[in-house]
Amino acid sequence: MNEILQQYWQAYLWSDGYHITGVAMTLWLLTASIAIGFVLAVPLAVARVSPNPLIRGPVWFYTYVFRGTPLYIQLLVFYTGIYSIESVRAQPLLDAFFREGINCTLLAFALNTCAYTVEIFAGAIRATPYGEIEAARAYGMSSFTLYRRVILPSALRRALPYYSNEVILMLHSTTLAFTATVPDILKVARDVNSATYASFEAFGIAGALYAVIVFALVWLFRRGEQRWLAFLKPQAH
Amino acid sequence: MKKLAACLMLSLASVGAFAKDWKVIRFGVDASYAPFESKAADGKLVGFDVDLGNAICEKLKAKCVWVENDFDGMIPALKAKKFDGILSSLSVTEKRAEQIAFSDKLFNAPVRMVAKKGSNLLPTAESLKSKRIGVEQGTTQETYAKAYWEPKGVNVVPYQNQSLVLADLGSGRLDAALQDAVQADIGFLKTPQGRDFAFAGPELKDPKTLGTGTAIGLRKDDADLRQQVNQALAAIHKDGTFDRLAKKYFSFDIYN
Repeated sequence: MNEILQQYWQAYLWSDGYHITGVAMTLWLLTASIAIGFVLAVPLAVARVSPNPLIRGPVWFYTYVFRGTPLYIQLLVFYTGIYSIESVRAQPLLDAFFREGINCTLLAFALNTCAYTVEIFAGAIRATPYGEIEAARAYGMSSFTLYRRVILPSALRRALPYYSNEVILMLHSTTLAFTATVPDILKVARDVNSATYASFEAFGIAGALYAVIVFALVWLFRRGEQRWLAFLKPQAH
Repeated sequence: MKKLAACLMLSLASVGAFAKDWKVIRFGVDASYAPFESKAADGKLVGFDVDLGNAICEKLKAKCVWVENDFDGMIPALKAKKFDGILSSLSVTEKRAEQIAFSDKLFNAPVRMVAKKGSNLLPTAESLKSKRIGVEQGTTQETYAKAYWEPKGVNVVPYQNQSLVLADLGSGRLDAALQDAVQADIGFLKTPQGRDFAFAGPELKDPKTLGTGTAIGLRKDDADLRQQVNQALAAIHKDGTFDRLAKKYFSFDIYN
């Protein structure tokens, strides 16, 4: 156990000497895909609850496709599928983008987590108490101001506990990254396993690292909930 | 429950006692590596390794039992007595020899690089500088590329399995791939996807990383089995069985 730690701790945490690996790579995959997913999900969630079927429909279709198929298959489509198309390789810009495994992985992860996040936010928007909207209307707010001042701040807050779940599940999904040759924590664990045949130690260390990351995430979201969800706490009489 | 466990232990112990005569030899095999070991359409195990194992058992007048197991779990499973020998294109390396014993050499499958026809790449660090080379994770080829090429500026990319390596070689993401020559020939070069590709440069030899050939992996405390297997191997070489089986699969000398 000590020998493995001594020899591989750097690879587990940030680098095998040539590439970024392990925890650093996993955290980069997580933060980048969650950030892109969040930024896209807010406007898409508003579109998802639109009364106009031409706006609502395409977003429904997008979340249906990405929530209806396994992430592994989405990753394979983005990584091997798209790059095997001749016309993609002929376009210099597309060629440069899809050539790199990390880009394909980030694209697949971001679109996948975005689809789930859209549904979480759309659900929270739908659950906004009608009285709040009526009051805002009575003040003469436009739709844009209504969303900006009333619906979105309240909906995003109420969505926080469900959203934290999605972030943790996304962390676990990053273990698929090695399919596209991205060296995440699990890849290092597999390296250690095939080099030392100490399966329990190799995967045990990886498991412990994931648990630590989840612990930190849960703590962060707890802090966030205490700050932004204080008004929903059960009140003492 | 305890009684059941006790019964199981007893019966296992008795099997262990009988197995000392080696009337039954259990071989672990990962049937995903044609033409050495794979499954026929009817589910039967076929391949050069399987034929060799059956010939050895026949010489020892023992019954061969084949146990399927994933390749990366072979050595732990052997130690846990799930089977008595690993017969699955297992290369002999120093690192593995620390864990288990090996029989005499079975064969020496050549390792060669595959690249696009006319690319003029050679399997040397100078020729491959800043090129992308694919290898399968956990193989001796990965060890070789990481030991000799990566420190000199070659971009070595490990993959989860060989079919992803070959897919990326075909799509142009990789400049070359390093693997078992026989497997690349049958699994890629002779298929439509591989028609623009060819072997690049000569066969690679390096006892330290690539090993000295493949052998049957055995537990260190089964010295008697090792001796018997080696005798049987010598016998099938002597009576021509080995050459006859090798001709069935390979057009070149697989032993040296």
